[in-house]
Amino acid sequence: MIAVKVNSVKKTFKAEKSVVTALQQINFEVSKGELFGLIGPDGAGKTTLFRILTTLMLADEGAASVDGFDVVRDYKEIRKRVGYMPGRFSLYQDLTVEENLSFFATLFNTSLEENYDLVKAIYQQIEPFKKRRAGALSGGMKQKLALSCALIHRPSVLFLDEPTTGVDAVSRKEFWELLRDLQKHQITIIVSTPYMDEASLCDRVALMQNGKIMEINSPKGITENFKKPLWAVRGENMYQLMQTLQASEAIDSCYPFGQYHHVTFTHAIPDSQVASELAKIASVVEVKRIPATIEDCFMELMRQ
Amino acid sequence: MRILRILLEKEFRQIFRDPAILRIIFMMPMIQLLVLPMAADYEIKNVNVAVVDLDHSSYSIQLVNKIKASGYFNLVDYNESFEKSLEYVEHDQADIVLQIPASFEKDLVREDKATLFMALNAINGVKANLGGAYLRSIINDFNREVRLDWVQLPRVNPQPTFQISSINWFNPLMNYKIFMVPGILVVLVTMVGSFLTALNIVKEKEVGTIEQINVTPIHKYQFILGKLIPFWVLGLTTLSIGLTLEWIFYGIVPVGNLSTIYIFAAVYLLGVLGLGLLISTYAQTQQQAMLISFFLIMIFILLGGLYTSIESMPTWAQVFTKFNPVSYFIEVIRMVVLKGSTLFDIRYHLMAAAIFAVVLNSWAIVNYKKRS
Repeated sequence: MIAVKVNSVKKTFKAEKSVVTALQQINFEVSKGELFGLIGPDGAGKTTLFRILTTLMLADEGAASVDGFDVVRDYKEIRKRVGYMPGRFSLYQDLTVEENLSFFATLFNTSLEENYDLVKAIYQQIEPFKKRRAGALSGGMKQKLALSCALIHRPSVLFLDEPTTGVDAVSRKEFWELLRDLQKHQITIIVSTPYMDEASLCDRVALMQNGKIMEINSPKGITENFKKPLWAVRGENMYQLMQTLQASEAIDSCYPFGQYHHVTFTHAIPDSQVASELAKIASVVEVKRIPATIEDCFMELMRQ
Repeated sequence: MRILRILLEKEFRQIFRDPAILRIIFMMPMIQLLVLPMAADYEIKNVNVAVVDLDHSSYSIQLVNKIKASGYFNLVDYNESFEKSLEYVEHDQADIVLQIPASFEKDLVREDKATLFMALNAINGVKANLGGAYLRSIINDFNREVRLDWVQLPRVNPQPTFQISSINWFNPLMNYKIFMVPGILVVLVTMVGSFLTALNIVKEKEVGTIEQINVTPIHKYQFILGKLIPFWVLGLTTLSIGLTLEWIFYGIVPVGNLSTIYIFAAVYLLGVLGLGLLISTYAQTQQQAMLISFFLIMIFILLGGLYTSIESMPTWAQVFTKFNPVSYFIEVIRMVVLKGSTLFDIRYHLMAAAIFAVVLNSWAIVNYKKRS
């Protein structure tokens, strides 16, 4: 059963004199109950894609359907059955937590009591502050309130635009646990994030860059596609080390990653000889073989 | 209905939680209606006159005393040099220079005629115009007195003369407040209606809440009604506060029926709210909305017949006033307050207000899009 289907969608914006292509030839499908991640840096086109799927914007070309309904023709049906949480906190700051919830519930012709089982896990965390105005909540609390409001009408597809941006590490972890819980209710979730480490928490991810999808796969599938052996290298002077390595013929790629530089070689070299090969080029302190992460795959795809 | 109710409930909650809106609704009428009419006074008083008396005769002194006694003029200086008097004008200390020539009395007695010279500071055109007219009528009066002194009039006037006496209908004492205050109230109601509506909707755009509303299945008309009704109520509230203040502080009680004013205002406000709605569909930020509204309200006031009468405007400007909703309400409120006009008398105004309401709202609804 396919929940969301996007077929060669294209969208351009007119800037001053030039035309900016926000999305080009986007194709993907999400099946029911899946947790699908859109991973990409700022400006990749994630929000534009969300706005098209939630019927807030019309695509220039291509077709898309949500829950079997066309986004252009059946927009009314879609508005009844999707939940959308924009990247920016968009609830009424001068209404209380409780008032915001009952307001949105009424707009969808339902009530908090009717769908309490669905929002219970999230709502319980903000319930102590239900008399507080939404504008006075902390960032993490605001996210939870926004999620509750997006869920209040038991949507079949949930769109979350960068829900964890600007939220602390603990709240982020909690938030992803909540999303995992929601899958039990057969809700399809499409979530976008600029954080690569969150990709591994999705069932499948699409890596986006400059309005294009570079790859769609499960997080495991993506990292397995990284064929070259990857090495983490550390030296005395990290900046100089990177410059020397990048200039070398033998090195295919080298970029900083936390405390280390991640390095791949142009030609295959037996593992035992790597340390000595590197020593010929520059002075290194530590060399170790590591498994590729999503970010490594992203860097590799960007190079292509 | 349930959806409209929750929209209204939410809107009123937000209004009552916003101290700025409450202040605008209650304080603005107070300040505008109590302070502005004092300043917006047509009567010209304290016109500064410098007299250059080169004659120093008994007649010239009588004339100067008469000017002083009129109560409209301040004698800034009394001297013998026109240059010196002109300096007062240059320093903006005098508005009028009156020069009495050296042979004033002699000419008057011997040749039965004399000339006076009057120089007006026309930087403030209204003051120069009216001050000059006052001074002229005082001099004419003086002239008549002088002639009466000399000539023994026959018992029966040899030539037939007209005696004109006038009476001011509807405002016998020409009290300008009765006529200004209701006009100011109209501007106020217009501002509350259009500004608040426009700003409120644009604020939802700015904060992003409109996005969250747009993904819900509510209809366009529900959203728009949810916005219009609260501000319609607020507009009528402002009108009621204003009418009460007028009664308490100026003793202005409409000669006509209050319900006539309210019926017109109810229709008129729909048009004004439509204007606010229309502005909000074009403006992206509250700042833009504010500037557009401000620009329009300036035009509405100056071409609305509040300060200057529409009949004395050039023809092209008179055509413009036909497209100015404010001008209709100003006329209606003056008609009802001063003359006691009935609904039948204002039927064309009412029709115009209804047309504004229909046109502006339809335009706004067509232009309001839930998606881009």
